[in-house]
Amino acid sequence: MEKSLELIVKDLQDKFGATYEEFRGEVQCMVKSEQIVEALTTLRDAHQFELLSAQTAVDYYPQTSPRFHVIYQLTSLAKNLSVQVRVPVNGDQLKVPTAAGVYKVAVWRERELLDMFGIEFEGHPDPRRILMPEDTEGHPLRRDFPLGYEEPQFSFNFEEIDLRKPYAKE
Amino acid sequence: MAQLEEVTIDQYKHLVSERALTGETMLLNMGPQHPSTHGVLRLLLELDGEVVVNCIPDIGYLHTGIEKNMEAKTYQKAEVMTDRLDYMNTMGNNLAYVIAVEKLVDLDVPARAQALRVILVELQRIASHLVWLGTSGLDLAAMSMFLYCFRERELILDIFELVSGQRMMTTYLRPGGVWRDVPVEFEKAVRDFIKIFPRRIDEYEKLLTKNPLFVDRMVDIGYLSKETALSYGVTGPTLRASGVNWDLRKTRPYCGYEQYDFEVPVLHEGDTYARYLVRIEELRQSLRIVEQALNKLPMGPVRSENRKFVPPPRSEIGVSMEALIHHFKLWTEGFPAPNASIYSAVESPRGELGVLIAGDGGPKPRRVHMRTPSFENLAVLPEIVKGHLVADLVAILASIDIVLGDIDR
Repeated sequence: MEKSLELIVKDLQDKFGATYEEFRGEVQCMVKSEQIVEALTTLRDAHQFELLSAQTAVDYYPQTSPRFHVIYQLTSLAKNLSVQVRVPVNGDQLKVPTAAGVYKVAVWRERELLDMFGIEFEGHPDPRRILMPEDTEGHPLRRDFPLGYEEPQFSFNFEEIDLRKPYAKE
Repeated sequence: MAQLEEVTIDQYKHLVSERALTGETMLLNMGPQHPSTHGVLRLLLELDGEVVVNCIPDIGYLHTGIEKNMEAKTYQKAEVMTDRLDYMNTMGNNLAYVIAVEKLVDLDVPARAQALRVILVELQRIASHLVWLGTSGLDLAAMSMFLYCFRERELILDIFELVSGQRMMTTYLRPGGVWRDVPVEFEKAVRDFIKIFPRRIDEYEKLLTKNPLFVDRMVDIGYLSKETALSYGVTGPTLRASGVNWDLRKTRPYCGYEQYDFEVPVLHEGDTYARYLVRIEELRQSLRIVEQALNKLPMGPVRSENRKFVPPPRSEIGVSMEALIHHFKLWTEGFPAPNASIYSAVESPRGELGVLIAGDGGPKPRRVHMRTPSFENLAVLPEIVKGHLVADLVAILASIDIVLGDIDR
């Protein structure tokens, strides 16, 4: 790990009790969900991480605690550094404070996470679905959401499958 | 199946001004089918006369579930999905994905493959900027630009067809190198392009850069400040036109970009015209990179020799039992990747194209996230169009260069 990055990680450890992992030169810090807004603010203001490059989630289904990791990929333009902050989220408590007050791009990225994973962001200014239609049921990027496909109809089961088919009837 | 409900203003109450609720301002849909939204994008506009008060982009019309589909495919097979992501930048998407996979499994890439990647990705950048130039010219009533730009783009697509057999959905870059070596005609085709293209850029500039009709539509329109741009995660030429010198090719070189001599154009005006000038200059710089890479193009293998990840060449399969086993294993089962996650990013024509891959120890990824630059670049649109005319909105939308396939994934 680079020296300048070490200081930043140390700061996160001291202030937020963050744990970290390193893989192929990338640093991934774990922060508790209550402290994420504070951690992001510290990183932005004290360590010049101006850019929230990516915000996404990974579903570790069937594991339930934590089931999701919400990932914040931060970039510092001034120092040319990257750090990844992760927030573990349990399967039964899908709530994370919103980062929209720190980085404005989080407004759209959090709408996407709500849409795709069903993770709610507390205090979000515009909690609507973003990619899927408003009336979609379920959250497509969860690992337990089936990858859609059409059942092939043969003459012996044509009507049986036709009844289940999701197109408008009458 | 869920019941369809009528869309009412209540849904957008928190996004529009008070005046919209009383009917003083008008709500108008621009799109989803509209020639200047460059794809299926719906913009819900709140208008006071012709002035935009609020703009609410509605995306998702082109959502194809690429990220979900990639989870069901092996690492090699998932690559074809990346072509469909941003259909103006297929080679660049391949590059972003293969670099991420190579980083995840720690795979080497031969020097010749690296140089070929640079040539093709820079050609793709030129092709993408040409489509942008042509279509934004069309939006601002410079009709002939479209024809000129597509004429030159065709030359690049011909080169792609030569190397990969496909004009657009190439899937030519593969984990560990490229699909196969380029044919002998490749060098001449690229040299011919390098020879004619500088004069063509001058031609475009003669038509547009000082054209008063064109300049009047762009100068001081859609000002984007540095702080807003960074807060919204805007990257690429749009960010560089706002005075931030950030290009991943320079700051975090990949594929040996550090060997090439090129400049990153940065302007401080932050308006639509600055974004135009930055992209025009990028055309010239990309051409410089292509020329240098072609001059330096080393000989040697184009695919890694690591048989655990890269299939053996056809000629070996008939004579080597081991090669046959590797071929069979790689195309049926795929190669396993560690149970860990990585993020890597490249500079696409639109900005930072990042790929986050989380492996699960098996041959299929647990999660692939494409951090697509158009998404962030569109998110900033409502900020910069406020107070402009609808006609200016068209110019601004053209200048941030969005691709809907890139946004909706």
